[in-house]
Amino acid sequence: MNWGSWLLWGFLATIALTTLSAGAQGAGLTRMSFPDVLGLAVTPSRDKAKVYGFLLHFVLGLIYSLIYVGVFESLHMANWWVGALIGLAHALFVLIVVMKLLPSVHPRMASEHYGPTAKRVLEPPGVLALHYGVQTPLAVTVSHVAFGVILGAFYHLR
Amino acid sequence: MRARWRRTSDGKAAEDRFRAADADPARLVARHSRQPRRQIETAKHGLLLIYPDVSFADRISAIQDYAAIGDCRSVGLVSRQGSLDWLCWPRMDSGSIFAAIVDRFRGGHWSITPQGDFRSEQHYIPGSNVLQTLFASSGGRATLTDLMPVCGEDFKQTAVVPDRHLLRELQCTDGEMIFQMEFWPRPDYARRRVSMRSAGALGVRIDLGRGVGWLRSSAPLRVEADGATGQIRLRRGESLQCSLTYSEEAPAVLPPLGAGAHAAIDRSVQWWRGWLTGSQYRGPYRNEVERSLLALKLLAFAPSGAIAAAATTSLPERLHDSLNWDYRFCWLRDASLTVRALLGLGYVDEVESFVSWLLHSTRLTQPKLRVLYDLHGRMAPRETILEHLEGYRGSRPVRLGNSARDQFQLDTYGEVVEAAAQFAEHQGHLDRTAQKALIGFGRYVAKHWNQPDRGMWESRSGGKNHTHSRLMCWTALDRLLQLEKKGLIRGAPVHEFLLQRERIRHQIEERAWNPSLRSYAKTLDGEKVDANLLRIPWHGFERADSARMQATGRRILERLGAGEGLLFRYKREPEEGAFGACGFWAVEYLAMGGGTLEEAHALFRDQLRFASPVGLLSEEVDPETGDALGNIPQAFTHVGLISAALTLDEQERRRTERQKESRASGFGESAA
Repeated sequence: MNWGSWLLWGFLATIALTTLSAGAQGAGLTRMSFPDVLGLAVTPSRDKAKVYGFLLHFVLGLIYSLIYVGVFESLHMANWWVGALIGLAHALFVLIVVMKLLPSVHPRMASEHYGPTAKRVLEPPGVLALHYGVQTPLAVTVSHVAFGVILGAFYHLR
Repeated sequence: MRARWRRTSDGKAAEDRFRAADADPARLVARHSRQPRRQIETAKHGLLLIYPDVSFADRISAIQDYAAIGDCRSVGLVSRQGSLDWLCWPRMDSGSIFAAIVDRFRGGHWSITPQGDFRSEQHYIPGSNVLQTLFASSGGRATLTDLMPVCGEDFKQTAVVPDRHLLRELQCTDGEMIFQMEFWPRPDYARRRVSMRSAGALGVRIDLGRGVGWLRSSAPLRVEADGATGQIRLRRGESLQCSLTYSEEAPAVLPPLGAGAHAAIDRSVQWWRGWLTGSQYRGPYRNEVERSLLALKLLAFAPSGAIAAAATTSLPERLHDSLNWDYRFCWLRDASLTVRALLGLGYVDEVESFVSWLLHSTRLTQPKLRVLYDLHGRMAPRETILEHLEGYRGSRPVRLGNSARDQFQLDTYGEVVEAAAQFAEHQGHLDRTAQKALIGFGRYVAKHWNQPDRGMWESRSGGKNHTHSRLMCWTALDRLLQLEKKGLIRGAPVHEFLLQRERIRHQIEERAWNPSLRSYAKTLDGEKVDANLLRIPWHGFERADSARMQATGRRILERLGAGEGLLFRYKREPEEGAFGACGFWAVEYLAMGGGTLEEAHALFRDQLRFASPVGLLSEEVDPETGDALGNIPQAFTHVGLISAALTLDEQERRRTERQKESRASGFGESAA
């Protein structure tokens, strides 16, 4: 494992992922914001949630990149298309599994079955996060594939 | 705790008045009858539109029968029949979600209205912008409470609140009543297709294009592809709650109904009341001043500090005519009066935000000023016409954007400098950037004051040498010289400013004064008068009791008087409505020495008679019927009211002081 390369490209890939997600949100393609959703899990203050969420998202990005790098090392190959494939799998996992589980684990997210309560008021993402806009699956997929492409293309195997 | 505001004397008084009307048929305010019927039409632009209810078309209210609710970011208008006929989200200058007020069929509305004959009356919960509509029918009574919940920053640290939220609570207070609810959103002035679907316990999801809306109701609704309806039977003590939230950039927030909604109402009332406690006005027109202040706060766009001229577009200045404009932008013309009103009432933070916005938003064009800017300080959009909308009661066209953005108006320089000068004198300092900007405006005025411009009324028929524009150029240079003298600005070209100020004075005195008219004239060497000349004493150019101003005042009141204390701004054929702000300027002119204080008070009370039942003022008044005309609520008219009330108060105090001094000197003399 090349720790220096992981740290550098994991960091830059996370920057790219965050920028693409925020860009898609700003362009009105999606209302999905991982930093907002993560941050609101730890504080109800929207302003603080943005900051905490951004930091959490960053840490998670580095952790995920560790998994990508682990796959590269086990395959003994790291290139853009392998990265893209892992990114695609990652995006599908997020859209299909994480989004489904989110209302159950997020302390401020409303349940589709029971509706909102005094504490749980956030709109749940729905299937493939489509509640956050019909282009959300596309935005999530593109940003995660870009994350994988950067890691795959630039990570140096040990 | 929850019912604290319900027990206030004013709220009780409104309820009592409403009950008394039952016993006195002459006091019945309005009777309405509905026959639900729906039609389907394919509109010209290809969308399948549903005519919600033909009887609804007959019930588009008079402008004065709309009351405004808002959250300092957006404003909605609710009719006396309980219909939300105007709502633009997420900002007051965004595309509409409901716009029945400018197209009863296509515009979209959200009504909660009793079935059968009923009568209704509206009032605000005292000290707040929380609206209540009281309904009464032969079967019972009910109260509809409408608001956009607001709260303090402390609360936002402890709870997740929606980006935009509108809450409606209907409570049956007596007997039994059946209500029909119709929810027909038509996004972006009915140019965008709406898509709605029930999402079970979460509510009804509404795809509004760029954003998403969520409708939640405590009663079951029949959800269709583009709307929702419901029939609600309420008995005494029962209630219905509905909420509509909107989100554009993040996952939506779905606040729960029930106790949470009650808490939101109480919190909002307390928030408005808390804000209102900052008012230092203690004069005899406290209710009217406070309502104007609350209306002004509705029009303030909290994220930037800008204050919109009005909450609506294209409510007509003349019915069935084309004098329909989009006023959802910030006009620099209103600046000095706005600062005067807010500062006079003690709202220093609001003034600081507004002046900062003025100087910040104009930075890209300085030293040139545009006539208006959008709420974020950018150039207002180009004027376009919405051909598919029929307009308020057939008054076409409905316009978006405003062509005045490209006009050249010299009065704006005086307004901005005057506004900044008032604030600087109050604060006792002005930062270097602001000093530099103000001096830049002064240099520009010193160079260009002698040019024709469109004037404060934004004439679309070319530039003229407007006396009022000259007056405001004089004001700009005069205030800058005063600031320099007080050490609040440094580096101003004093000699140049002095020279040009005197040249402007000379020109006004020589060419704006018309000896045969025996009045200052609207334009240099002109023959007509303009009500804006009543502002001459207010800006300190000439005393109100001078021979010329006395004669000018008489001529203006004689030529522009519209009856019952109303004033036209200028003569126009065919006539438009009387201009609300001009009536208040006349009050100030009289109070400052143009007449007696008693005359000023009488005229002020005359103006108040033309406020809407909830105390809101539009731009103009139809002198024939007394109906409101033009966009509502109108900031310029409300700041006119506040400024006039402050001037009356100041002049009363001066008179009292003079009387005391005179008594003291008389006593001294007799004692001697």
